[in-house]
Amino acid sequence: MADLVNFTIDGRAVQAPKGTLLINAAKQAGIQIPAFCYYDGLSLQAACRMCLVEVEKTPKLQVGCTLPVAEGMVVHTDSPQVRKARKGTLEFLLTNHPLDCPVCDKGGECELQDMVFRYGAGQSRFIEPKIHVDEKQWSPIVFYDAPRCILCYRCVRICGEGLGVGALGIGNRGAAAEIVPNRGDHLECDECGACIDICPVGALTSGTYRYKTRPWEMEHVGTICTHCSNGCKTTLGVRNGDIMRANNRDRSGVNGEFLCVKGRYAFDFNEHPERLTSPLIRSGGELKPISWAVAIATVAKKFSEIRRVGKFGVIGSNHTSNEENFLLQSFARQVLRTANIDHHRTGDVAALIDALHGRTAALATTADLFTAKAALVIASDLAQEQPFVAFQLRNNARLNRGHVYAVTPGPVREDNYATTTRAEPGHEFEALETLREKLAAESELVILFGAAIKGDGIRRLVQFGDSLGAPVKYVCLVDYSNSRGASDMGLLPGLLPGYRSVREEGLEPGLNYDQILAARDLDALWVVGANPLSRNTLTSAGAFIVVQDLFLTETARRAHVVLPAASAYEKNGTVTNVCGDVQKLSRGPKTMGAKTDLEIVSLLAREMNEDSGARTPEQVFEIIRRTVPGYNVPVSVIETGGAAATAPVNGRVIHEPAPELIRSAGNTLFTSGTLGRYSNMLNRVMESPGALYHDPRKAPIMEQGSVQMEELQRPQ
Amino acid sequence: MRYNEPSPLETRIVSQRFDLPNPTSIDTYLANDGYVAVKKAFEMTPEQIIEELKTSALRGRGGAGFPAGMKWSFVPRNTGKASYIICNSDESEPATCKDRLLMENDPHQLFEGMLIAGWTIRANKGYIFVRGEYRYLIEILERAIAEAYDRGYLGKNILGSGWDFDLYTHTGAGAYECGEETALLESLEGKRGVPRLKPPFPAVAGAFQAPTILNNCETFSAVPWILRNGGQAFADLGTPKNGGTRLVCISGHVNRPGVYEMKMGYNILALINDVAGGMRNGKKLKAVIPGGSSSPVLRADECDIPYDFDSLAKAKSMAGSGGLVVLDEDTDMVAVALRTIKFYAHESCGWCIPCREGTTWLKKILTRFHEGGGRPEDIDLIAELADNMLGRTFCALGDAAAMPTTGFITKFRNEFEEYLKKSHVARVPQLALV
Amino acid sequence: MTFSAELERRFAKLLDSYPSGRQRSAVVPMLLYAQDEIGCVTQELVEEVARRCGVTPLQVDEVIGYYSMLHRKPLGKYHVQICTNIACQAVGGEQLYEHASRTLKLGNKEVTSDGLISLEEVECMGACAWAPAIQVNYDFHHFVTPERFDNLMQALRDGTYQRKAS
Ligand SMILES: Cc1cc2nc3c(=O)[nH]c(=O)nc-3n(C[C@H](O)[C@H](O)[C@H](O)COP(=O)(O)O)c2cc1C
Ligand code: SF4
Ligand code: FES
Repeated sequence: MADLVNFTIDGRAVQAPKGTLLINAAKQAGIQIPAFCYYDGLSLQAACRMCLVEVEKTPKLQVGCTLPVAEGMVVHTDSPQVRKARKGTLEFLLTNHPLDCPVCDKGGECELQDMVFRYGAGQSRFIEPKIHVDEKQWSPIVFYDAPRCILCYRCVRICGEGLGVGALGIGNRGAAAEIVPNRGDHLECDECGACIDICPVGALTSGTYRYKTRPWEMEHVGTICTHCSNGCKTTLGVRNGDIMRANNRDRSGVNGEFLCVKGRYAFDFNEHPERLTSPLIRSGGELKPISWAVAIATVAKKFSEIRRVGKFGVIGSNHTSNEENFLLQSFARQVLRTANIDHHRTGDVAALIDALHGRTAALATTADLFTAKAALVIASDLAQEQPFVAFQLRNNARLNRGHVYAVTPGPVREDNYATTTRAEPGHEFEALETLREKLAAESELVILFGAAIKGDGIRRLVQFGDSLGAPVKYVCLVDYSNSRGASDMGLLPGLLPGYRSVREEGLEPGLNYDQILAARDLDALWVVGANPLSRNTLTSAGAFIVVQDLFLTETARRAHVVLPAASAYEKNGTVTNVCGDVQKLSRGPKTMGAKTDLEIVSLLAREMNEDSGARTPEQVFEIIRRTVPGYNVPVSVIETGGAAATAPVNGRVIHEPAPELIRSAGNTLFTSGTLGRYSNMLNRVMESPGALYHDPRKAPIMEQGSVQMEELQRPQ
Repeated sequence: MRYNEPSPLETRIVSQRFDLPNPTSIDTYLANDGYVAVKKAFEMTPEQIIEELKTSALRGRGGAGFPAGMKWSFVPRNTGKASYIICNSDESEPATCKDRLLMENDPHQLFEGMLIAGWTIRANKGYIFVRGEYRYLIEILERAIAEAYDRGYLGKNILGSGWDFDLYTHTGAGAYECGEETALLESLEGKRGVPRLKPPFPAVAGAFQAPTILNNCETFSAVPWILRNGGQAFADLGTPKNGGTRLVCISGHVNRPGVYEMKMGYNILALINDVAGGMRNGKKLKAVIPGGSSSPVLRADECDIPYDFDSLAKAKSMAGSGGLVVLDEDTDMVAVALRTIKFYAHESCGWCIPCREGTTWLKKILTRFHEGGGRPEDIDLIAELADNMLGRTFCALGDAAAMPTTGFITKFRNEFEEYLKKSHVARVPQLALV
Repeated sequence: MTFSAELERRFAKLLDSYPSGRQRSAVVPMLLYAQDEIGCVTQELVEEVARRCGVTPLQVDEVIGYYSMLHRKPLGKYHVQICTNIACQAVGGEQLYEHASRTLKLGNKEVTSDGLISLEEVECMGACAWAPAIQVNYDFHHFVTPERFDNLMQALRDGTYQRKAS
């Protein structure tokens, strides 16, 4: 335990570690010191002066957000003098703040409103004209209303310190001071919207949410973002079954502050007019709507026929929940009696599990990324492809002085604070040798590697890690929201849930993804939440094709039966993120006509008289907990919105190597496969003049070495 | 060049060479005790130099009057890290115009003071931060710096001491706040002149986050004399704890406004009547703003006091930067109060709420008041707003704006009340505009 | 972007003045010296300074907004600044400014149509004891009366104005 000091707040004796800032020490003691500019994890500003408190034996009021507690200190946070100061400051603040709360998006959840309600004066003595400046639109997403801005600089800091983008600055001075974007009149940035969410008032508003609704008219549903593998917690604001916004102002979940543009704004695919709302059946060369009952009966009948004589190919999804994946593979293997099941693999998780020989402690969790003494990134443009992972590493470097190394083919955003080395694909190990000495000097290391490292490459990487001498953990960087779960749940031809070999059950591995599509004699292709025919061709001309999806994708267009599926935002269940952390999906909106893949598989099972009995996600999750190695995670953690680490294997994996099947989706910050294509917001961002998307290699916004960590790190 | 006739009553310490022919030349300097003190310093330990400064009772001439010896003693020495010497020649406190003369007429004296500071903490680089408007001084300073390099008083192995010191000028670009020491350091680092959190103080983490001695131009300029003549001799010139002399910038309604070097503790009335030639046009003295525009105004009847830091503090004002504005009976104090707050509103960097909003609000009220739209309750409101700023802002600029405002209201409340009689109700806004 | 040889020399010296890795320090001086040569801060200059000092253009923008001497629009060939702060106010600074504004037909920060003269009311510029004071570009003029002011302006127009030796 760090040195503790004893001091008094509002007559209460309190202890806190030496150096704790008074504002935090008070919070721990249950006393709230009001603040606008103070924000946990960002540099100290002491600019808003709301946190002034009285400290005995000091003549002036003291600044609670920068004052470290000291032995014997006697603090009053609610004395008449303090109250007067707060009221005075609020009165100052309101002089140039438009009192347009009735039309302000922030009304109802505005920190200024709350503060005035609690500490302010009911009446203003200000009768002078206010300074007016017109509102500006900086990008499709970001709008700035200068008069509402209270200059707390949270937005500037989250963008520069937190994201490493540095797209916001301060213009002018004095009363004319305002926030300015990096391209004069517009923003060139990640459009992540962190600035908007962190703004305590309605100065920054989003193009997706502004003037649409009021906070109290929405239901707030905490769930997991469905766009990439990082598994950020997001709170959906749902009104009348529609998502109005997604944010994380409560900072709960593994990602705390963080969400990227996709997490905050690309939920609009969910309401895209082309969402499928009715099952379709091919008749006369055309897909025509039919009822669910007919559709299910048709598929069940066809499947029952084929399973006696024919050859199935099942392609699962890296978007669907663990429960759905589990049920799909068990249905495929047990009911359809086929081993031909696979999914689009974006990283060779199985090879990593195998290379680790059961050392489950060598799998890094999301939380580890923020605390590890050192991290090494290989073959990934992290900030583009793994936004939250990049955020974790950057903030580990900033707040915990973690070291970050990167071996990448081109420039990456990490360049501006990490030790980076360029290596063409295939030459990563040569570059690693040049870093060996530095890496060996680290007391612990997390190695994160992209899809370019697969199969034997992973074995070699683990050998390299072992040779360093210190404990090493690994993350196999996969692409989609449940890529990791798809792998863990056995959507692989040779592996059962938990990486048990099918041979353990006396079975032979089935056809893999490419083999399924290439098989001339395939009788049925069942695609659940995937779009293989967007890039590949199907060889078998006579296959009966069933597709479950949100949209009429390239694959769905070829189907005989299309079943409209619910999105991840419309279902309960669990997903496993890139680091193997399991988190809970909660149903927010609803699309009439669509069903979850779990429901669809269950309906098929019932129709085929093969009902497994488990029909709710909770029931399936219980089975997963009991039967899948590593998934026996505490339910309470997940139920309360937490992330539980999985350790999916206890021994050697009998792995069927097929490194050619590992194909990164190549998603960037502004793309996320099919879902991304149906997000109008993402498309608008990409078309906007500031979009970095035009040149994804433009990754490093700030100059190399431009981040002076000393300035970002806290004084204490 | 000097812009006013000297006075026989002056005690010429830092201005001793001002009237010599060719004053900026290093030859003039060398022929008149120049660079003697630094040689002496090379024979002294840092402790001895600091002790001498402490004895001299030299207090910072930039405004706050902090004892220079004490400040130097706070700087960690032998840390193995680089350290820096920064001269504050931002000179932007209204009514102050003395650093200009020091740089214009005796640049080498300033360099020598900085050299001694540099030697004391073994710093190897110094910067003179000159306000942007003083471009001509940059040219003068740079010529003098070049001369000093030529003669071996700057550069490598100075006078065989084995110690190197480089000196540079650095220009501001129009911002009063950059006179505040930490805002100055930010500006020196190429950023907006927004003050830094303290602690750490510049002594420990100043320029480029390294240990730094930062003093006003006049403070450094006094150091060579102190080392040559001893701290005691300097202390003896002034009053207790207020050593030496001070360049007093006398402006306003006097017959001979000018900058005069006076012993610390010279009586203010004597400054006006004897040194500055008395009141202009035979008018009566009404008020004095004693130490730059941020010092609270003194009524005529409060001016019979010594001009030094402690006496003025006792009178609830400040000796500040040495800028003394003399105001006669015809002066409109509301107009002076308005012009003062206009300045602070213009110069507030905008970082913190009470300063940014407080100065603007006060400016608006006083403007309205001055234009004849005053309400009786405005007087107390002005006082209360100033009070709400005082001691609550991020840096001292807020205080610098609040203190004089309070001063005008309390000392000349009657004049504000007079204004109300001229007030036109029609000009008083009735409703807040949203 | 090209600058005069003299300015390039100055830039080189500037960049050399600061500890290594701290070239950002040169941002403000570079902008001001370059502005003196080209008349105002152009977008091209912003990007050039950003490049030379290793900062983002935004970081340069932030600086420009802060310092009152940096401006994005050209001023007159002669920029006339009149102080009206308290010391100058006491001896007629405000009246002098009004006189200037009336006779030059210029408001604050405006430029004559021929681009010759611009006018600005400024804060204290360190000439208080010799007030009222004005600056024409970087030259100080002390004890300025309306008559002296008119003569000075005439000299600017006649081309007989002599820059003060520095
Ligand atoms: C708003 C503000 C403006 C200041 N302006 C100046 C200035 O122009 N020149 C100066 O020497 N000190 C100025 N100071 C004081 C400096 O912060 C600092 O105390 C001083 O330069 C230290 O030098 P000294 O101890 O030799 O006085 C200012 C302080 C404040 C708060
Ligand atoms: S826009 Fe919002 S977050 Fe940014 S400084 Fe203004 S009030 Fe703070
Ligand atoms: S008050 Fe005008 S120059 Fe000082």
